Amino acid sequence: MKLEGINDFVIRFANVNGSGSASANALFAKSLFRLGVPVSPKNIFPSNIQGLPTWYEVRINEKGNLGRRGGYDFIVAVNGQTLKRDYEGLAPGGYFMYDSARQLPADFARDDITLINIPLTQICNREIEDPKLRQLLKNIVYVGALAHLFGMEFSVLTDSILSQYKKKPKLAEPNIKALTLGFEYAATHFQDTCKLKVKRSNKLTRHILMDGNTATALGALYGGATVAGWYPITPSTSVIEAFDKFTSQYRLDDSGKKRVAILQAEDELTALGIALGASWNGARAFTATSGPGISLMNEFLGLAYFAEIPVVLIDVQRTGPSTGMPTRTQQSDILLCACASHGDTRHVLLFPCDPKECFEMTADGFDLAERLQTPVIIMSDLDLGMNDHICLPLEWDDTRTYDRGKVLDKHQLESLTGKWGRYLDKDGDGICYRTYPGTHQRLGSYVTRGSSHDEFAAYTEDNDTYQRIMVRLGKKWQTAKGLVPKPDIKLTDTAADYGAVFFGTSTQASHEAIETLGSQGITINTMRLRGFPFQDEVKAFIDRHKTIFVIEQNRDGQMRTLLISECGIRPDKLVSITHFDGLPVTAGHISYSIEQILKAQMQQGGAQ
Amino acid sequence: MSSTRPGFRHPDLPKNDLGYTRRDYEGAASTLCAGCGHDSISNAIINACYELALEPSGIAKMSGIGCSSKTPAYFLGKSHGFNSVHGRMPSIATGADMANRDLVYIGVSGDGDTASIGMGQFIHVVRRNLNMVYIVMNNGCYGLTKGQDSATADRGSAGKKGRQSLFESIDLCELAIAIGAGFVARGFSGDKEQLVPLLKAAITHKGFALVDVISPCVTFNNTTTSTKSYQWVRDHMEATATFDFIPPRKEITTQYEKGTTQSVTLHDGGVIHLHKSDGSVDITQRRPAIDALELYREKGRLLTGILHINESLKDTHDILETVETPLNSLAEKELCPGNQVLQQIIETYR
Repeated sequence: MKLEGINDFVIRFANVNGSGSASANALFAKSLFRLGVPVSPKNIFPSNIQGLPTWYEVRINEKGNLGRRGGYDFIVAVNGQTLKRDYEGLAPGGYFMYDSARQLPADFARDDITLINIPLTQICNREIEDPKLRQLLKNIVYVGALAHLFGMEFSVLTDSILSQYKKKPKLAEPNIKALTLGFEYAATHFQDTCKLKVKRSNKLTRHILMDGNTATALGALYGGATVAGWYPITPSTSVIEAFDKFTSQYRLDDSGKKRVAILQAEDELTALGIALGASWNGARAFTATSGPGISLMNEFLGLAYFAEIPVVLIDVQRTGPSTGMPTRTQQSDILLCACASHGDTRHVLLFPCDPKECFEMTADGFDLAERLQTPVIIMSDLDLGMNDHICLPLEWDDTRTYDRGKVLDKHQLESLTGKWGRYLDKDGDGICYRTYPGTHQRLGSYVTRGSSHDEFAAYTEDNDTYQRIMVRLGKKWQTAKGLVPKPDIKLTDTAADYGAVFFGTSTQASHEAIETLGSQGITINTMRLRGFPFQDEVKAFIDRHKTIFVIEQNRDGQMRTLLISECGIRPDKLVSITHFDGLPVTAGHISYSIEQILKAQMQQGGAQ
Repeated sequence: MSSTRPGFRHPDLPKNDLGYTRRDYEGAASTLCAGCGHDSISNAIINACYELALEPSGIAKMSGIGCSSKTPAYFLGKSHGFNSVHGRMPSIATGADMANRDLVYIGVSGDGDTASIGMGQFIHVVRRNLNMVYIVMNNGCYGLTKGQDSATADRGSAGKKGRQSLFESIDLCELAIAIGAGFVARGFSGDKEQLVPLLKAAITHKGFALVDVISPCVTFNNTTTSTKSYQWVRDHMEATATFDFIPPRKEITTQYEKGTTQSVTLHDGGVIHLHKSDGSVDITQRRPAIDALELYREKGRLLTGILHINESLKDTHDILETVETPLNSLAEKELCPGNQVLQQIIETYR
């Protein structure tokens, strides 16, 4: 029996990295998007430049479920190294496409799948004159074949090629030829073979398909960042590369000079140091890194917290600990970022769940950091940052002005009554007034330091003064609660016993899992966290339920720990649902885990 | 503890071109040990800024951690300062300069702060040719932690504890020249006559200027067995050349004998006249500058003065091609491309 369905399946591509497969596979995904079909591509790639296995997984789901589903119904298996594994992992009833240049070994003997053999190498050797292009175009040939097998409108693919090579039309020609070759071969040899189909849909009208790192870079551009210090690290590098690209276009003066300074530093310490120095001096500045970089940046995060210097830090999380799996995803820097550096510290965290939020939270992050005069960390991850996601269009309100926070200018300094103190809490909200260097010839200068200081920024070892400053920083933390974005709460049933808490890239799969459970009669209310510190709403949501499932992508339930400690929750009330193998969490894993927990509770005598 | 000095000003104190007295460049009273070389350097900084008639609020004082890094509290009280963390001043200074290229950045560091924990940042700020003065208050030991050897302590040199330094010492000047610094000088905290003009020239130089100042630690490293003691340095220092620093717009009145004087014009029109005693070292070239340092080291002498100068280098802003306007003064209209552009950008993601 063959798997059947329209706009509801998972296809996987098994390639060798560095073989040009990524752009061909992206072309396939983009074409689905342009057909209006909800699609979520995931690049599962090695920490390597050439020669190792890489997979690209595309989920097509008319209902708009865009988390990872798990399993695959169709595989394009063009990597000899993983052929056996790819063959064995295919769902029963699935389709196995391979290059018939090599014969399948005798032990490839499944009778529950459909083989689709296409002589990719042979076709390319015969039809493509330039030997350099053959390898690359082999990938395009299988995309052409897929178009036929799935019944896709061919013109969507050719249009995509044409727009991709708008500036180099000469390159479009061989690509279209390769597409056609694959399409025609499949039409001739596999006329009615595949029962998985793609049909144009009206599900996507205004949407865009963008990776989170690009959106983050746009957030920094629109948020007015003028200084970026950085150090290359997967998966955050493309944030800065995109920022560089956009600023090279939109931040030039008439003579072509740049209204931005982007500096590749010698390490992450310097990357954050550059951002801090610039912020201290009145520019909006940021850096982007991943877990290993955050570990190094702890020192400066403590300084920024204590000396009260705003900065925006983008953490595109990857699989830890240590070097871990640099090209795999996780949400495992939660505790590290929330309390980075020695001594009593707390940092503001924002949790975007799609590219639109990457854009908004990054832009808002600059306002928030300057309002609170403290670091704001945007908690993205590899899945969000490096994979393309469907989301609503980014928008900018042209009437918006930047909130630069409490900064005194020359005239304000002159009209002050009483002595100004950099760390004097005039307004009772824990946030003090700062000055930029060079503001006034006589007034407003001070020495910023990470050592203990009094309200007037002078060094002090007076115990009462030290304690007073620390208490005031605690007050500022309370003020922050009113400024970070509130959680997104959905109460399906106000009397429900169960609630689920999740954030970031666990969102899509969580919603899908809870919908599945809902159809089985298990009602679970949801709360998507968007920021830290947690507001009263967070505690209230937890309080109104008997059991809360905390869904996150790390081993130790870090967000659960943070909720317990920050909101004073009884630990046994929060049940961890974790996923931490480095791949994005699946809806199936979540719904299965919750079912198992509920079963166990029933056996113990009903829900607690 | 920092304390402020009395505000009383004698009405007849001499004033510089901006109408400021030397007092306007002073800071809080020092808390360093009596006789510490660092206090002399603080005073030299005050003198240099006063004599150059710099606007105090147009200067930013940057430092790391250590005895040396405490000094920004003791000079230029009307300037903003940033006493950062250990060995990280170069990155903070880099960011600050990126945000506002119009300020004068005076960085103060020590030999531990620079040659050990901050070596990575030091080397890279030199590479970037950041427009700043980087002063190393070099005493060959860790003062605040009570006298351990630093990486600039000469092998065999011994401080108060009597133990000889075990490892090769690092010559920060030679290193800076090797990486391409455009201005490298060495002074001695006990020689104000040389140090003040060195600092003035360093401040006027555009790009990175290193001034390594041997500054004896009177408490832990001023022994007869130390090569960073007042006595040893006085007995062993030799200068590359005596020189005059002529600020821009000042008339040159001195006559120089032909052939013995080399002139280097600074970016703002100031001129340095070098009077070479033996005419052997051409400090405008990297290789002879390094040769000279090696030669004097072999002779057991300490070479001081301007060790290398190259006025033709681009600073970080020039390299990055940033606008002339300080980046921190740009507003929404210059920074934010607006919604219409955003809609054009996202159209390419459809």
